[in-house]
Amino acid sequence: MDFSLSPLSFNAKNIKYHRLRIMKKQNIIMIVAALLPLGLFLFPLWRITLEAPQYPTPLAMNIHVNDFSDVHPHDIKNINLMNHYVGMQYIPEAIPEFKIFPTGILITSFIGLLIGWKGNYKWFLGWFILMLVLSAAGMYDFYLWEHDYGHNLDPKAIMKFTNKDGTVMGFQPPLFGTKDILNFKAHSYPQFGALFLGLGIASGFLAYFVGKKNKSTA
Amino acid sequence: MKKRLTSTIAIAMIFAAFTSCNNSGKTNGQSGALSSNVAEKVYVAPGEYDEFYAFISGGYSGNLTVYGLPSGRMFKEIPVFSQFPTSGYGYSEETKPMLNTSHGFIPWGDSHHPDISQTAGEIDGRFIFINENNTPRIAKIDLKTFETTEIIEVPNSAGNHSSSFVTENTEYVVAGTRFSVPIPQRDMPIKEYKGNFQGALSFISVAPETGNMDIKFQVLMPGFNYDLSHPGRGKSHGWFFFTTYNTEEASTLLEVNASQNDKDFIAAVNWKKIEEYVNNGGGTMMPADYAHNVYDEHTHTATSTMKKEVRVVNPSEVPGAVYFLPTPKSPHGCDVDPSGEYIVGNGKLSANLTVHSFTKMLAAIEGEKFDGEAYGIPILKFEDVLAGSVEQPGLGPLHTEFDGKGNAYTTFFISSEVVKWKLGTWEVIDRKPTYYSVGHLTIPGGNSGKPQGKYMFAMNKITKDRYLPTGPEMEHSAQLYDISGDKMELLLDFPTHGEPHYAAAMRADLIKERSQKIYDLEDNKHPYAAKSDDDTKVVRKGNEVHIYMTTIRSHFSPDNIEGIKLGDKVYFHVTNLEQDFDVPHGFAVLGQNTSELLIMPGQTKTSVWEPTKVGVWPFYCTDFCSALHQEMQGYIRVSAANANTPLIWSMGEDIE
Repeated sequence: MDFSLSPLSFNAKNIKYHRLRIMKKQNIIMIVAALLPLGLFLFPLWRITLEAPQYPTPLAMNIHVNDFSDVHPHDIKNINLMNHYVGMQYIPEAIPEFKIFPTGILITSFIGLLIGWKGNYKWFLGWFILMLVLSAAGMYDFYLWEHDYGHNLDPKAIMKFTNKDGTVMGFQPPLFGTKDILNFKAHSYPQFGALFLGLGIASGFLAYFVGKKNKSTA
Repeated sequence: MKKRLTSTIAIAMIFAAFTSCNNSGKTNGQSGALSSNVAEKVYVAPGEYDEFYAFISGGYSGNLTVYGLPSGRMFKEIPVFSQFPTSGYGYSEETKPMLNTSHGFIPWGDSHHPDISQTAGEIDGRFIFINENNTPRIAKIDLKTFETTEIIEVPNSAGNHSSSFVTENTEYVVAGTRFSVPIPQRDMPIKEYKGNFQGALSFISVAPETGNMDIKFQVLMPGFNYDLSHPGRGKSHGWFFFTTYNTEEASTLLEVNASQNDKDFIAAVNWKKIEEYVNNGGGTMMPADYAHNVYDEHTHTATSTMKKEVRVVNPSEVPGAVYFLPTPKSPHGCDVDPSGEYIVGNGKLSANLTVHSFTKMLAAIEGEKFDGEAYGIPILKFEDVLAGSVEQPGLGPLHTEFDGKGNAYTTFFISSEVVKWKLGTWEVIDRKPTYYSVGHLTIPGGNSGKPQGKYMFAMNKITKDRYLPTGPEMEHSAQLYDISGDKMELLLDFPTHGEPHYAAAMRADLIKERSQKIYDLEDNKHPYAAKSDDDTKVVRKGNEVHIYMTTIRSHFSPDNIEGIKLGDKVYFHVTNLEQDFDVPHGFAVLGQNTSELLIMPGQTKTSVWEPTKVGVWPFYCTDFCSALHQEMQGYIRVSAANANTPLIWSMGEDIE
């Protein structure tokens, strides 16, 4: 049997099939990329944890795209109780973002699926940039809320603290990382939801990258 | 004689001198190492947990105390039969019904023998039962909340002492009477005791899911004193054993008159047989009067129901239900080994310790080898049921516990010691002194098929010089021993609270996991609960004023109240809105003729105040709840009876 010759006759067909498969691969990646952020509806985006000696089980709050939730039963109620001493506002039951964020995610996922289906890899870069911009905007919004939460204090606050320079001390939790706030150690870290979002965005870029590489090799 | 004694002492001293000379360095080193080793065994580092819970009865405190082992640290006093001003138990409107009896409200009790619920012969840590000796009652404590949730009075009983021991699946908690009395109670000459007085052994059923108690039947026994009891287990499951004294049926100077018979009895009661008899309609309902008090953890309120009849059984009418096992000299403790084969009768005036065999007992019953009868109850022959006896182990045996490794540990009151001996061979293995005059002893998992035999502790009746003196009255001492080796090792000496009679102990894990942290405010179904500041109000109904009040760090709502008049009965219904672990709030108002309230998160408690003076009276939080605890206060204005002060209340604004 002559093995060296026989595949040749199918060569052109094979190449075409191979290309099809590669094109499909980047599209699959894009579709996965578009689906991944939906994990935000299953898992919390962020968590703020407050540790203090009197709280051997720390107080902690999960931030979802559409909700704040207790990590242990009644944590938010107890965070509010702690915070009222320094005049911080109560953590609201709902904020406008709980409507805006889910809608944004649903729309961007829909767009992602659409372009994933349509198949032009250049769009993938557009989606990737859109997601980066929106996420940055989300983080900025989160920062603004945190800043307001930590600085917009009741003038009749039970306890008032000032910084060394004489300005009123704020109690803003860190945007990312760990910070000492009076007797508390506050931690602010992304959760599974954020991982899904991050992987989705990264996958969008990967889809673009694979598509681009594929085009240049082709 | 005297000479011989002196020479013996001399030889002993020489010997001591020799040994100390030879090994002085080594001995010192050893004792140093040894003592530090002992310290390590009881040292529970800060923040770490004890391995065992011990629930020690408070005796005449009427309560139950919770300790950790091996540290000997006390964690809590659980109010059971006595008013407890610390929390308001028995003072608050919600808990007063817990102390209701057929004799009216009783503020005090004498708690004796705690016993933990069991499943399949193993301690399950759901509930703990304890008896009240004086006005016979059995209480149930829920180990999820460590609160007394049920108390049932035991009619026809007097000196509820051979109680409250549970069967191997907690089918029953059993309560035997110490005093025999006329049944039903009647006006009759005391000297007609003999033949007329009877002793009731009560079998209180425990509902498997809820734990609700109900007296299923009472066995009306001859007029002896029923001292202690224990259930059969394993092969003897279905039987219950009671020690008796005063089989002489004396009513006066019992210390002499009840000590005449060479042998008293252990009564073996086949409760399965009586249960069957009762289930088939056996026994008779007799009029009775007893209280059944139940605490509902959703309404945070107890209710007391008076029950009007009880089922009694005459044992002579149920063939094969009860037998008497002759046992020397006024046996006190009646202890059954983990296998259920051996029944130890601790004859407190006997030189030897008597152990009966369940197998031999069954054979003797089978062979109908009786030695007469007492009031229609067959008496078995001592030799036929005897498994063996421990020869002269000590003076005044009281109680025996088991380690699950074939060894028994008996306390000796008079010789003040615990003696370890071997089941089956009856040989004494070790003895250790106690300080002083030990009563009960406890091995974790004690009354069960599976003792957790790592530690044993002895509860003593006399303290004398064990601790820094505290005047004539002292707390009783207890000693903890390591029993994991061949020889017992004294580890720790710790004071207990009240007069500890007995204790139940078990590994901490089961209870620790289930221990509740708060009461859920959502579940609060108290009729006067205010679940938020918006629910607060003051309502007048004639001369009753109901204040629906809330507490949360760090204020009362309302905290300014006006319009109360002399002659009013003011109900402060205080709901703690906190939902955080260990944030109780307290409540006290000046001139309150009752105790404070200590209200757990999510709970509502009520204090009644009948002001006697016109004025503006302060109230405040008694529990250091927060940094602003001292600001947690309010005022209530009391006007003259004929005043026109309007009923108004507020918080956070000035009353106009």
